[in-house]
Amino acid sequence: MKIEIANGRLIDPARGLDVTASLYVDGAAIASVGAVPRGFRAERKLDAAGCIVCPGFVDLSARLREPGLEHKATLESELAAAVAGGVTTLACPPDTDPPLDEPGLVQMLKHRARSLALAHVFPVGALTAGLRGEALAEMSELAEAGCVAFSQADAPLTDTQVLLRALQYAGTFGHRVWLRPQHWYLARGGVAHDGEVATRLGLPPIPVSAETIALATILALVRETGVPVHLCRLSSAAGVAMLRGAKAAGLPVTADVGVHHLHLSDVDIGWFDPLANLTPPLRDTTDRNALRDALADGTLDAVCSDHAPVDDDAKQIPFGEAETGATGLELLLPLTLQWATEDRVPLAAALARITSKPAAILGGPAATLDPGSPADLCVFDPEARWMVRREVLRSQGKNTPFLGHEVTGAVRATVVGGVVVYERRQEE
Amino acid sequence: MDAGVPDAERALEALAARMRPAVAHDAAFVGIYSGGAWIAERLAAMIPGTHPLGFIDVSFYRDDYARAGLKPNVKRTALPFEVGGASIVLIDDVLYTGRSVRAAINELFDFGRPGRIELAVLIDRGGRELPYEPTYCGARVAVARNLSIALSRDAQGRLSLGVEPA
Amino acid sequence: MSGVASTGRSPQLGRNGELLNLLSLEGLPAEVITHILDTAEPFVSIAEREVKKVPLLRGKGVFNLFFENSTRTRTTFEIAAKRLSADVINLNIGVSSASKGESLLDTVDNLCAMNADLFVVRHAQSGAPHLIASHLAATGRSDIHVVNAGDGRHSHPTQGLLDLYTIRHYKKDFRTLTVAIVGDILHSRVARSLIHGLTTMGVADLRVIAPRTLLPGRVEALGVHVHHDMREGLRGCDVVVMLRLQSERMKGALLPSAGEYFKNYGLTPGKLALAAPDAIVMHPGPMNRGVEIDSAVADGARSVILPQVTFGIAVRMAVLSIVAGPVA
Repeated sequence: MKIEIANGRLIDPARGLDVTASLYVDGAAIASVGAVPRGFRAERKLDAAGCIVCPGFVDLSARLREPGLEHKATLESELAAAVAGGVTTLACPPDTDPPLDEPGLVQMLKHRARSLALAHVFPVGALTAGLRGEALAEMSELAEAGCVAFSQADAPLTDTQVLLRALQYAGTFGHRVWLRPQHWYLARGGVAHDGEVATRLGLPPIPVSAETIALATILALVRETGVPVHLCRLSSAAGVAMLRGAKAAGLPVTADVGVHHLHLSDVDIGWFDPLANLTPPLRDTTDRNALRDALADGTLDAVCSDHAPVDDDAKQIPFGEAETGATGLELLLPLTLQWATEDRVPLAAALARITSKPAAILGGPAATLDPGSPADLCVFDPEARWMVRREVLRSQGKNTPFLGHEVTGAVRATVVGGVVVYERRQEE
Repeated sequence: MDAGVPDAERALEALAARMRPAVAHDAAFVGIYSGGAWIAERLAAMIPGTHPLGFIDVSFYRDDYARAGLKPNVKRTALPFEVGGASIVLIDDVLYTGRSVRAAINELFDFGRPGRIELAVLIDRGGRELPYEPTYCGARVAVARNLSIALSRDAQGRLSLGVEPA
Repeated sequence: MSGVASTGRSPQLGRNGELLNLLSLEGLPAEVITHILDTAEPFVSIAEREVKKVPLLRGKGVFNLFFENSTRTRTTFEIAAKRLSADVINLNIGVSSASKGESLLDTVDNLCAMNADLFVVRHAQSGAPHLIASHLAATGRSDIHVVNAGDGRHSHPTQGLLDLYTIRHYKKDFRTLTVAIVGDILHSRVARSLIHGLTTMGVADLRVIAPRTLLPGRVEALGVHVHHDMREGLRGCDVVVMLRLQSERMKGALLPSAGEYFKNYGLTPGKLALAAPDAIVMHPGPMNRGVEIDSAVADGARSVILPQVTFGIAVRMAVLSIVAGPVA
């Protein structure tokens, strides 16, 4: 289809473009930016006046809960949530049931996602068989089936020798390894950051050393093997400082942060609110501020939703028993914009953190408005305010500490592969 | 002194005068806090005989807990004598609806089975909601429903009555 | 800067500062604590009456909802409620019921349908009573009250109150006192409650005495001075509170043995002599003789451990009466 997206402010962080103009889509690709292509007759025209038009967002972590956890969510609901949030490409972690360590499962997942024709789904395969941390998963087979990277999700890998060998093996074939720095034993039994709030509330603690010691191990192995690693979901100022040092020393590492962690701290647990039970835990305000600064200066390359839909039954129980995680696909944009506004980060730089940077980490197509690129676009109103309510969220997971809060930044339309897969209805 | 309100000391004299010929010489005097307690103390000194002195706080027996909750400043009920079989004069400052008397009698029965209970009040202002009448009464006075009478005691121990909006 | 927690009024206080639920001593103003202690005083004497009952809570259903076993605490709450003439139902929902799959809130909803007026809740998870109280408020049942009988390592407010009552009974003015709490602070809801209570009441010097493995992170932020040396920490203390040491602590690599713990942190007559000459010794019970406390001290003249139990019933009667009262 030929689509004209008219008069929006076009921002392409990858190319440093920021201009008010129209963008033209022909078929599955972007045909032109600014000038009308010769002989182009638009079959659809989207009015983007007052809106930003940018590459669709690339989310490095969104749990779709299929296969196996369909009582929490399904591809239908979560991919609908993704495009409603402007996310056109997402990576899903391997912690499904069974885990993504079988090529057949990966193929089925990709097939299901393709047939829904919503966001592009890039599965992250299991690094070890069954995520058990003992034997290697068949990374080559899984890569062939469509896995773009390998990780343990939140499952422990306590045998460091296995971790070393997994890196060496992955490095042999150039497979990407994504690792969450969390020391299994130091975090054991803990549910909240080891600070004043956990002490006051009597919650079993997770010390910062659970992150820094695991990070030190990973960085040392990266130094030794030269295998690039993407670090998932940093949470502490100390962790960020180590990361800065590692990058300065030229280690091949990238890192991301969860969007909730940019805004919340352990204080937001309030009176034991299970919605604030996240992994990694919300740490104190010093840590939160360090994460914000690190995202601004590029030490943290990208921000992701770390989307984890959890059914009400698993959240409406005491904090220590509640399932961890927050729904996030539909909040990635407004919460990223809020950070940018508050910390005076230029809009293009902020958008890079959810477009070009994660796209590079994913290794897929670059998120850009360059003519010829896939037409994966987001049109959003940066001023529109909306209330986060259960009825408004398309995800089956309504579990976010931002429920009942007003946020700014609403997606007006999302285009994937040249098809308008989401449009905000007028009455919303 | 408010017009129409009796003088407390004179009412006390009148009350004692009525009690002297009639009370058992070993009757216990049990005053309901706070006004009844002051009067009981005075009467024990004014009336000959051995009169054990007790004090009762009816807060836990009031019938308005469901509406008004627990009152602050609950004092300790102290009955330093054997309640079972005792001759007791229950003493209060102002008799009005009769609900405090009901509460006090219920409380006394939780300590034992009294031999007899008589009721002595400084002032009877009428307005009964329960069927209690004083055995001994200092003075009777009519007071409008929107007003309350309160007993106070100064530093020298002199009693006086005052009227205030309810 | 963002953040979403609603700050402000503690969920246990009503609009006019009245006590609707008792969930924690943290956030309770000194006036409320004083009111509870003052109310407990006359209840102490009820034990001396022939009929140990007053009719205050007659017709009210008090449900003891114990998800964690505790005969002691449950018994004292049962006695307290019965002395107020309430109808008491005991529910020991141990592991068996939890394994049947009924969630905490479903259990509460079912019991509300059986005309519960007040829940006394003990749970292994910190925050469980808060969850129940929020749920009741959110479902229009704020007239059903919750009293926390101990949640995880978070709070045991009635124990904290009876400890405050005991201290006030023997020592009168909190503001002149040096108080030491000795033992497993990390896992102790009793310690946390007492710390909040004592700091609210303005105690002069509040000390915790424990090895580093038994202290929670940033504990000084609670307003205490940390001592690792018990002899140093006890010097001049007016009140010594000994905490129970659970045998599980030896398994988690927190301590090597009960014997070594007693050597370093057990209260013996020799160590007690370093405290003020008229210091009192307290313990929430049950005691591990020879582990945290020597029998000579437990049974000695300075021990007020048994009066704590008596005061505990009166304090719980006061709490139930105040909480179950109407909203102003």
